[in-house]
Amino acid sequence: MELSVKNEEKGTLVSVTGRMDAVTSPEFEKELGRLIDEGHVNFVIDLAELDYISSSGLRSVLATAKKLKGKSGKILLASLQAVVKEVFEISGFSTIIPIYESVEEAMATL
Amino acid sequence: MKSLKLAAIIENLDQFISFVHTCSGECGFEGKRAMEIELAVEEALVNIFNYAYPEGEGEVEMQCALKNGKQYVIEIRDEGILFDGLSRPDPDTTADIGDRQIGGLGIFFIKKVANEVRYSRTDGMNVLTIVFLV
Repeated sequence: MELSVKNEEKGTLVSVTGRMDAVTSPEFEKELGRLIDEGHVNFVIDLAELDYISSSGLRSVLATAKKLKGKSGKILLASLQAVVKEVFEISGFSTIIPIYESVEEAMATL
Repeated sequence: MKSLKLAAIIENLDQFISFVHTCSGECGFEGKRAMEIELAVEEALVNIFNYAYPEGEGEVEMQCALKNGKQYVIEIRDEGILFDGLSRPDPDTTADIGDRQIGGLGIFFIKKVANEVRYSRTDGMNVLTIVFLV
């Protein structure tokens, strides 16, 4: 898994590449935690290049969302591949974490 | 039939996943379905890594086989404490963000993506059998 972070006008864009599994996901939570501590509160997560996510990946997304809730922040997901989208739908996470078709669409709602 | 037996530690997850990835490919699975198989395997293994051997170290063995040309059968065995995740209730997938729990979601995923899942306690081992139709 690789993360790249870009500061955009309306929020912070984090692009995730590769796999969010039990080995790699803690790194996502740690990096987002670091950004939140630095004062970032509005995130769009670009998942176009994320090939795979397991419940460990969901755990790290949920932990980040909970952290942001206390700061009135937002985490929005964009451009999910079919198998990643399926995991969010099966788990019901798609009802608690907003999902958008594109990064532009997500950014526009911040 | 192919098999891989390694210590039940998270550091071995990648090796198990690449093993099942190869088996799945040989049995004709690719794309989304191949990823669903890896998801089921990861969830089963991570439960074993985390809970099977609370007081020490142990191993986990995975076997992959194509049966009757129709059933892709993955069997995962450990000698850890009795754990029948299948008998536990499904997690609440409608809870609000503050109440949302991750525990139990892994087994739920296995049930959702596989065509069949069975658990048995055999000769002191937990045996989880996950079946995908070809």
